[in-house]
Amino acid sequence: MRSAEKYTHISYLEHEGKYKGIWSWLLSTDHKKIGLLYLYSIAFFFVVAAILGLLLRLELIAPGPTIMGAQMYNGLFTLHGIIMVFIVVIPGLGAVFGNFFLPIMIGAKDVAFPRLNLLSWYVFIIGALLGVASQFAGDGPPDTGWTFYVPYSAQSATNVIFALTAAFVLGFSSILTGINFIVTIHRMRAPGMGWFKMPLFPWSLYATAWIQVLATPIIGITLLMVIAERTLNIGFFDPALGGDPLLFQHLFWIYSHPAVYIMILPAMGVVTEIFPTFSQKPVFGYGAIVVSSLAIAFVGYFVWGHHMFTSGISYWSRWFFSFLSFVVAIPSAIKVFNWISTMYGGSIDLKPPLLYAISFIFLFMIGGFTGLTLGALATNVHLHDTSFVVAHFHYIIFGGMGFAFFAGIHYWYPKMYGRMYNIRLANIAWGVLFTGFNLLYFPLFIIGLQGMPRRYFDYLPQFHAGHFISTIGAIILIIGIFMMMYNLIYYRHRGPVAPSNPWKGVTLEWQIESPPTHENFDVIPEIKHPPYLFKKEPQT
Amino acid sequence: MTNTNSHAHPVDNEAGKLGMWIFLFTELFLFGGLFLVYAVFRAKYSEGFHSGANDLNAMVGTINTVVLLVSSMTVAMSITAIQKGSNKKAILFLLSTIVLALVFMVNKYFEWVHKFELNLFPGSLALQSLERGELMFFSLYYMMTGLHALHVIIGLTLLVICIFQIKAGNTHKGQYLLLENSGLYWHLVDLIWIFLFPLLYLLT
Amino acid sequence: MDQHKAHISSYLSHGWVLTSLLILTLITVLLTWLDLGAFTIAVTLLVASIKASIVLTWFMHLKFESAFTRWIVVGTFALFILILIVTFFDYSFR
Repeated sequence: MRSAEKYTHISYLEHEGKYKGIWSWLLSTDHKKIGLLYLYSIAFFFVVAAILGLLLRLELIAPGPTIMGAQMYNGLFTLHGIIMVFIVVIPGLGAVFGNFFLPIMIGAKDVAFPRLNLLSWYVFIIGALLGVASQFAGDGPPDTGWTFYVPYSAQSATNVIFALTAAFVLGFSSILTGINFIVTIHRMRAPGMGWFKMPLFPWSLYATAWIQVLATPIIGITLLMVIAERTLNIGFFDPALGGDPLLFQHLFWIYSHPAVYIMILPAMGVVTEIFPTFSQKPVFGYGAIVVSSLAIAFVGYFVWGHHMFTSGISYWSRWFFSFLSFVVAIPSAIKVFNWISTMYGGSIDLKPPLLYAISFIFLFMIGGFTGLTLGALATNVHLHDTSFVVAHFHYIIFGGMGFAFFAGIHYWYPKMYGRMYNIRLANIAWGVLFTGFNLLYFPLFIIGLQGMPRRYFDYLPQFHAGHFISTIGAIILIIGIFMMMYNLIYYRHRGPVAPSNPWKGVTLEWQIESPPTHENFDVIPEIKHPPYLFKKEPQT
Repeated sequence: MTNTNSHAHPVDNEAGKLGMWIFLFTELFLFGGLFLVYAVFRAKYSEGFHSGANDLNAMVGTINTVVLLVSSMTVAMSITAIQKGSNKKAILFLLSTIVLALVFMVNKYFEWVHKFELNLFPGSLALQSLERGELMFFSLYYMMTGLHALHVIIGLTLLVICIFQIKAGNTHKGQYLLLENSGLYWHLVDLIWIFLFPLLYLLT
Repeated sequence: MDQHKAHISSYLSHGWVLTSLLILTLITVLLTWLDLGAFTIAVTLLVASIKASIVLTWFMHLKFESAFTRWIVVGTFALFILILIVTFFDYSFR
């Protein structure tokens, strides 16, 4: 690593087009700047919602009301869920790393519709602000949970309409990004880059974008119908108005289950980039990873009913959804085997990105296996709506998507900013994060099995030990998050200047300067080889 | 769909059109959700849906169907006109499309006003005292036709923009992506109506 | 890329497409008057689907688009129908 000199080229960070100062960011159509705009806004909301989560955990440190009452608890877990799901996790990886690296990795200068890209950030911000406004405007924070189940969401006296509109607007932003990515991948790949010479992160974004486009409208119309129910009194779901509440659950999960794959597929894409680089070995089973991404995207459409096993849906549909839920685990497992085989026999360099990527596998596996427990009809009856479910989806979403996000930021940080963070501190922060994470969520599996229901602000004394350990874990986790963020923010300007290819990666983003120039490439590269060809094969 | 590239590439019309098609898919799924609700309630309460459809005037629905079909043709013809380089004809076809769209909206307006006079507006007591299936029918009727009317208005706006762009010389024989995409949008409005019409008006 | 090479449909062909659509509309209206009982829904939906595919093929120019565009249109409709069927696994067996 060179000492702290300035780099010589003019990077996108200094590039000023028509507008100066702050406007060169807020009106920029550069996909890299838009990616960073998303990064900062998402990081802000992540911290807010993480602190809300900590408050929820603090309330549960001892039985009985400790720092808040029931209504406030309901409001806080709703807000925590809405922010985390709709503002942080669903856009997260795609909007930040997808925007920044998709065009670079396919050898393009920008996305297909740069202005639309900027628009979708503004739509995102409007949606996020509406979500915040729902807390203050009107009749108190919504208390329905992020799932907005009818009839309660049609009748709750709180400010549900704002939250519904926020989710609708955020969905619109997600759709616009999805359209942009599909068209970009179709039309803007560098000459010579056939579909199967494309790196795997763009592939995962491609599968994701199709889900975004073809599933999000369903939640859009569903939320509109609930809004119509509340404002115009026309019934669809509320039995008091003649509707069918189960139909709401169907429509809600027709989107929200595929949405889980919107979250996890790009995460899988990120770690698929990291394993070959830090093993200095081509990815194992390129084709299998591509096919499994597409298979997850497709099969993921037809498993939504596994959220409704105890709601009274028909025997045959329960059977069908349970079966397909097991089927969709197969492509995920294929990927896990591919990642491990990629590392096998490689010259492994255990740097922070790889640490996060390996812990991604570990946590994702725990989340996945407990998911099978929930997908089985008999055990589901016992576990439905317990904290077992809470632990399961946090292992998938935080342990999966969250850790992949951390892996990605540590992997691409030197490329994005041209500086290197402190690797020692990053390793320590990882250790704290990983310990805190498992302390926080693992006890929830156990007390869930023992019967602790989710979304309760109080509990019986026998669950005290589990909740206590869990809250300690939450505090450690928050400390880890702040250590990591401190590291990344502090060394943004003070870190040593990073070389253009610190990890010896072979995909296109490592062949250009760090940070990239405004145009990414001086000359659009011609692609002759499949991706992940390392010069020196470590084996044989 | 915006097609201008900050890095001054030549405009990629294929990309613009592909983007528009994918956007239309999202619109199809938006209405798809409503069709799904319709299908479920229709299967549950077919009696109520029969009598609900009986309350609607099939004549008005048929007239509106014809109006929309003709307007779809005029939009398609305006694209033919611009491809052949006769901007005047293109504007004329667009104007007739707009007139037809307005006819559709006026028709719709009188239909709704008539329902309101019968006290069958959303949330009214008369509506809520209806039998459950009929109630669901009217919920869907208002939601579906309302959302469709909103799309008619958006489509109208796009067509008006097209006229101005042709006049300003930005849309012409060599570059008519905006007109083409607006046309696609207008056909989608028609496409959805093709399904709404029999489902709401005819299945008595 | 080059829009000059795009297929240009004649005015007359648009006229024919409209005529066929109007005839199909007439058929649906007449069919519902006839009242085919249980088949009415199926037949009207069939006619509506034919009309929709005519609009897609000629008015929306799908006939002259790339095969990929055609396939994603078909795929989108197929996906919706599959979702509909899967939903009815619940409602028809309760």
